[in-house]
Amino acid sequence: MKKFFTGLILDNPVFGLFLGICSTLAITINLNNALGMGVSVILILIASNVIISAIRKITPDEIRIPVYIVVIATLVKAVELLIKAYAPAIDVALGVFIPLIVVNCIILGRAEAFASKNGMLASAWDGFTMGVGYILGLVVMSLIREILATGIVEMVNPFNDALIFSVRLVPAEFSISMFSQPVGAFLTFAVIAAGVAAFRDKVEAQTKKEAK
Amino acid sequence: MDKLFALFMTAFLINNIILTKFLGMCPFLGVSRQRSSAIGMGLAVIFVILGASIFTYVLYYSVLVPLELEYMDLITFILVIAAFVQFVELVLKKYSPALYKALGIYLPLITTNCVVLYVTLENITNKFDFVEMIVYSIAVPAGFALMLFIFSTIRERLDIATTPKPFRGNALALVLAAIMALAFSGLAGLV
Repeated sequence: MKKFFTGLILDNPVFGLFLGICSTLAITINLNNALGMGVSVILILIASNVIISAIRKITPDEIRIPVYIVVIATLVKAVELLIKAYAPAIDVALGVFIPLIVVNCIILGRAEAFASKNGMLASAWDGFTMGVGYILGLVVMSLIREILATGIVEMVNPFNDALIFSVRLVPAEFSISMFSQPVGAFLTFAVIAAGVAAFRDKVEAQTKKEAK
Repeated sequence: MDKLFALFMTAFLINNIILTKFLGMCPFLGVSRQRSSAIGMGLAVIFVILGASIFTYVLYYSVLVPLELEYMDLITFILVIAAFVQFVELVLKKYSPALYKALGIYLPLITTNCVVLYVTLENITNKFDFVEMIVYSIAVPAGFALMLFIFSTIRERLDIATTPKPFRGNALALVLAAIMALAFSGLAGLV
């Protein structure tokens, strides 16, 4: 169990491996956007991993990257059209970042590094764990930024725009609006990434000590 | 002319692709360590984006729109970009092996550089005419290249400075980006 959590932090696709940073920095203004993005990515990631694993034996090695990209682009377009139809609020909030999931390094990275070499079930599981790591990264970032910038945490049902909950944690006069801007995104990310690096050093020092 | 200039400055400096849209972070963090590879990458990105934009723009309006296949934009665009990057890679490998070596694995990664796809999609969503499209497709990657260059010069100095250990590398580069973003937000009222 302890190992699982250490892995979730150290091998986190966002803070540990620096994959998919663009979307992480851009859309983590609030919790809603983060969850909308996270759920879209995890669905696409699992589906693309399964499909790519299924066709891995008939894909010629030389053109595998274009094949992967076509598979991913098709899935992303399908998700984009679904979001436009059923959750227009998310479409407005995320905008161009939904089609840009195609070039999210996590998805192509997992296709190349895992799904092209493993079975369908294992690939689905890999997509799920990576996706959870990504959602976790997005949620942590968005919570920090939303609380510091507005003092409120709220969630809205994306399908009918009904407010699910809204809690004020910090009085309005103490909010730092800078954190909803690019500066805040970079700073928050830098501090979290440094924290993960410090944690990694600590774990490595410990395992070294145990090995002795 | 004024309008084109405003469009250029907005895309180049005010809405700088890295500092306000956060696109192209992967190559940005990876290649901004050395000045020479930053310049090479910057030029490669300008060339790829301009080429890919013209290709996709013509393809969209002469093939996809008449056939009412607009929803295929994402899939066709990404294929055009992938093919174009491959082409640039072959040319560089043949005519400038030194640059090819320096850019290493980052060149194929231009395919998954969000900036390229972003620019080609924005050309369509903003309903640019041909000239505006050209200006926009030069301004955005030029802003990217400028940032890459500025950062590489700063990071070369940072490498010899004493910094807290966990912050070394990418984390410090992000702190730097935050400071730059703050500075660039001052340009907001320029146009």
